[in-house]
Amino acid sequence: MNKGLSWFTWSALIFGFSFLYLPIILLVLFSFNESKLVTVWGGFSTKWYAELFNNQGLLNAAWVTLKVAFVSSSVATLLGTISGVMLTRFSSFRGRTLFTGMIYAPLVMPEVITGLSLLLMFVAVSLDRGFLTVTIAHITFSMCYVAVVVQSRMATFDHSIEEAAMDLGCTPGKTFFAVTLPIILPAVVSGWLLSFTLSLDDLVIASFTTGPGATTLPMKIYSQVRLGVTPEINAVSTILVGLVATGVLIATIISRRNDAARLRDERLAAVDP
Amino acid sequence: MAGSGHEVRKKWDPWNDPQEKPHVQLLSVSKRFGDFTAVDNIALDIYKGEFFSLLGPSGCGKTTLLRMLAGFEQPSQGQILLEGSDMAGVPPYRRPVNMMFQSYALFPHMSVESNIAFGLKQDKAPKGEIAQRVEEVLDLVQLSSFAKRKPHQLSGGQRQRVALARALVKKPKMLLLDEPLGALDKKLREQTQFELMNIQEQLGITFVIVTHDQEEAMTVSTRIAVMDHGRIVQVATPTEIYEYPNSRYVAGFIGDVNIIEGRVSEVGESHLNIVSEQSGCGIRARHAVDAPVGATVWIALRPEKLVISVDAPADTTTNCMAGEVWDIGYLGNLSIYHIKLDSGIMVTTAQTNRTRDVERPITWEDRVYLTWTPDAGIVLGQ
Ligand SMILES: Nc1ncnc2c1ncn2[C@@H]1O[C@H](COP(=O)(O)OP(=O)(O)OP(=O)(O)O)[C@@H](O)[C@H]1O
Ligand SMILES: [Mg+2]
Repeated sequence: MNKGLSWFTWSALIFGFSFLYLPIILLVLFSFNESKLVTVWGGFSTKWYAELFNNQGLLNAAWVTLKVAFVSSSVATLLGTISGVMLTRFSSFRGRTLFTGMIYAPLVMPEVITGLSLLLMFVAVSLDRGFLTVTIAHITFSMCYVAVVVQSRMATFDHSIEEAAMDLGCTPGKTFFAVTLPIILPAVVSGWLLSFTLSLDDLVIASFTTGPGATTLPMKIYSQVRLGVTPEINAVSTILVGLVATGVLIATIISRRNDAARLRDERLAAVDP
Repeated sequence: MAGSGHEVRKKWDPWNDPQEKPHVQLLSVSKRFGDFTAVDNIALDIYKGEFFSLLGPSGCGKTTLLRMLAGFEQPSQGQILLEGSDMAGVPPYRRPVNMMFQSYALFPHMSVESNIAFGLKQDKAPKGEIAQRVEEVLDLVQLSSFAKRKPHQLSGGQRQRVALARALVKKPKMLLLDEPLGALDKKLREQTQFELMNIQEQLGITFVIVTHDQEEAMTVSTRIAVMDHGRIVQVATPTEIYEYPNSRYVAGFIGDVNIIEGRVSEVGESHLNIVSEQSGCGIRARHAVDAPVGATVWIALRPEKLVISVDAPADTTTNCMAGEVWDIGYLGNLSIYHIKLDSGIMVTTAQTNRTRDVERPITWEDRVYLTWTPDAGIVLGQ
């Protein structure tokens, strides 16, 4: 059995990974292309990156996207955490099962429908479309993701820890901040990261709900691509890929470190003087 | 810890004194979860400074009872009075009661020290006092060198001691302990039992403790309540529970016992005569239950109260069962004999091994006689 990888497994591995990563590698390569033609290699250059920083339209779009992502993920985290906690803690109210089910609905709802219904609502309350409406729309859908993440953390949370805090003289409100929140914080943080990335790469809902002056980066890229792919777009995409990869790497390192520290601590605990 | 001007324990029985006000009073308290009755109509008085044990099989409602005292569950029926005032609607954080949880419920994100200091901080105690009291109680549970660790860096027994320290440090009027010593080894458990009794004597805290360990209950308690299916079957001092159980259930739950069925044949002034096919002899026992002639009764005989002998006694018709040695267990200080009576039932007896060598040791398949005094058997009704 232990003869290493056979030629079959090797080729399956290579095929699979190239299927996944070849497009991205090409994109990164061509972002360093001297030629203006995307498909013809004309030598190495970083001029498209320089050009990028002179493209005010793209820079504006990037700035709008970051702002929307930051505000919407923060608000969504707040609301999502509250609903996630409520749905697990106050288990006795009527219709709890219905509410729990309903929180999953936006996750499976086609984006086009979410976008359209939000648009209809904004028109109905005659809210001018722009930064505010995109942000609200992003809060709406990413809140559910946070709620689901927090809820699943709360499900494995030992309620007697909160009871112990109250037994020691802590009011329920204080108990939440002193005990519950610190314990579920990793779930809250990953909920925030999730909403942030969801907001970053949303195209459909943003196109429905945005207005003049609030074009997000995905929208900008999409509209430019329709006029033809330029190396500039490749450059901006490469930067995005780089950012995401760095983020994932950092998250992985942090969780590895935590695991290692815990293992070491547990080994330490076994030594009883 | 020991020997510091320790007085001999005096007789102390507030529960027999009608003048004494109970510290906590349960007035026909019931707790139902849906259709299921976890605690069924319990009436109970616990006095200040008592070390009160709840004993009973798993699922009989011990934790539920403690949770009602701590304020986590509201009784479905009845009232709980603490120092005379009704506790209904008083939330856990306003009750002068602390609980140690069966699951420990330590705060995983705080060090041992902060876990223990948590309750004192809620009371806004001065910093210096907090530090001092935390240190004292850490010393008490022998965890001083673990103060900076997090709960997941501790062993099970160490966690249990942290939970105990956290409940103790606030010096509440009443302390509820849900199996506080289960995870400790025998030596540490005995030490901690002793410490608990000391603390309780010094501070006058009322302890209500749940335990599965009947030896522990016998050692530490002023009184024991034996529970079954949400009801209290008997409340009495350890001695009374052991020597005068009020039912077959209690007799069987605390210690080993042989139960023999019989019928009352004669009711005397102070003693009953019972005929019993199972024992193969007549039984004379002290009058205890209200049983008329002809009623079926059960006689509970503790193994250590039976005397075993290979020689037939003078009178083999009363309080003398004959049978064959079926099995012998040698425990060092004791030997346990399982005897098969002529009627076919098995009876256990325990004998102290007083001498090293016995002239004629009792062995397998010996025919032996078991005798006991009329006061040794307990007559139980129903
Ligand atoms: N919240 C609840 N909902 C429904 N049933 C419950 C609830 N809490 C306890 N019970 C039931 O009540 C009964 C008594 O539970 P309790 O925890 O008081 O038992 P216990 O005597 O402490 O047992 P153990 O010795 O195993 O700890 C059990 O049958 C349990 O299933
Ligand atoms: Mg229990």
